[in-house]
Amino acid sequence: MNQPLWKITVNVLRQKGPTDKPHFQSFPLEIHPDEYVLDAIEKIWAFQDRSLTFRHACHHATCGACGMRVNGKEKLTCITSLHTVVKNNGVLKIEPLRNFPVLSDLVVDMGHLYRQTEEADFQQVVPLEAAQLPYEITPNRTPNEPYERLVDCIECGLCVSACPAAFTSTDYRGPAALAAIQQGIAFAPNEVLFDLADHENGVWRCHSAFECTEVCPSNVDPGWRIMNLRRRVIHHRISRVFKKSQKVSRP
Amino acid sequence: MTNQSSPKRFIQWFDPRNRQVGSWAFILNRITALGLTMYLFLHLIALGNLARGPEAYNNFIALAKTPLIKFGEMLVIAAGIIHGLNGIRIALTSFGIGVRHQRALFIAVMVLSITGILIFTISMVRH
Repeated sequence: MNQPLWKITVNVLRQKGPTDKPHFQSFPLEIHPDEYVLDAIEKIWAFQDRSLTFRHACHHATCGACGMRVNGKEKLTCITSLHTVVKNNGVLKIEPLRNFPVLSDLVVDMGHLYRQTEEADFQQVVPLEAAQLPYEITPNRTPNEPYERLVDCIECGLCVSACPAAFTSTDYRGPAALAAIQQGIAFAPNEVLFDLADHENGVWRCHSAFECTEVCPSNVDPGWRIMNLRRRVIHHRISRVFKKSQKVSRP
Repeated sequence: MTNQSSPKRFIQWFDPRNRQVGSWAFILNRITALGLTMYLFLHLIALGNLARGPEAYNNFIALAKTPLIKFGEMLVIAAGIIHGLNGIRIALTSFGIGVRHQRALFIAVMVLSITGILIFTISMVRH
């Protein structure tokens, strides 16, 4: 921590209300390179401009509130060290998440995401098997004991912001909700979830850019889950056809 | 409100800045698809010359042998190879095959595509 302070310029995209034109405002800052992007934003708020609005809570990647675009890339600002995104005397660009309506400065309305995950019956605590991705190493545990754990998704919205298909329709469920549906179906398959997924605004709107997986800070791997969900949806469709034909063939 | 998704903002589909390999594949697929669709119309218009008699068709064939049109043909072949091979990659990942290796798959697609394009270009220049 004996390193000298860095001089950086933080360009923040600002907008107050729907009629205000978005514009960048520059804030010069002296800050330690090991601090985080969120610390820089808080310093601007504390010492330079109290009207700057942004969301944050836990400061350790658990609440998912501080998602923003740092130099054009979606990041959880509380765990993004400054030295990984800017150099001494460099410029840092901070913008709000895409694909959500901007309420004020860096605060976006995440309501759509929350409603979609709620419709997907998103469970925060599930059996270990349902929470884990199949390629993950299973932790050591007592055999035949039921274990539960918190799921990885923190509903930060980074995946929705990064998704190029989300530009195309506001009705698209988006990577987070589709990952939640996949988890639900893997845990307890039901027709409601299959109907949500097997829809033009469900798994079929995904265009396989895998940006969601790239930006996810929490090991959800929405890209893998959406592809797995497609497989399950196709399997479900085929099995439904055979079940129907069996019913018809009965005397 | 800015930042909201809108079909009007589709231009962002083609912006490769701050995007990962998966998006580059996505962008390439869109560009090649648009190119191939445009080519289909040009192709049908060119074939329409057949209905206008042998002279019109022969004139078109003479035009088709100019370097500019030949370069255009090379672009069509390039678009066809890239779009086709990337289509196989997307089909595989959509069935859950190789999802975690989609980046490597795209690199393989591009290596195969460039090889194919080079082979075609060399054979086209020779003839």
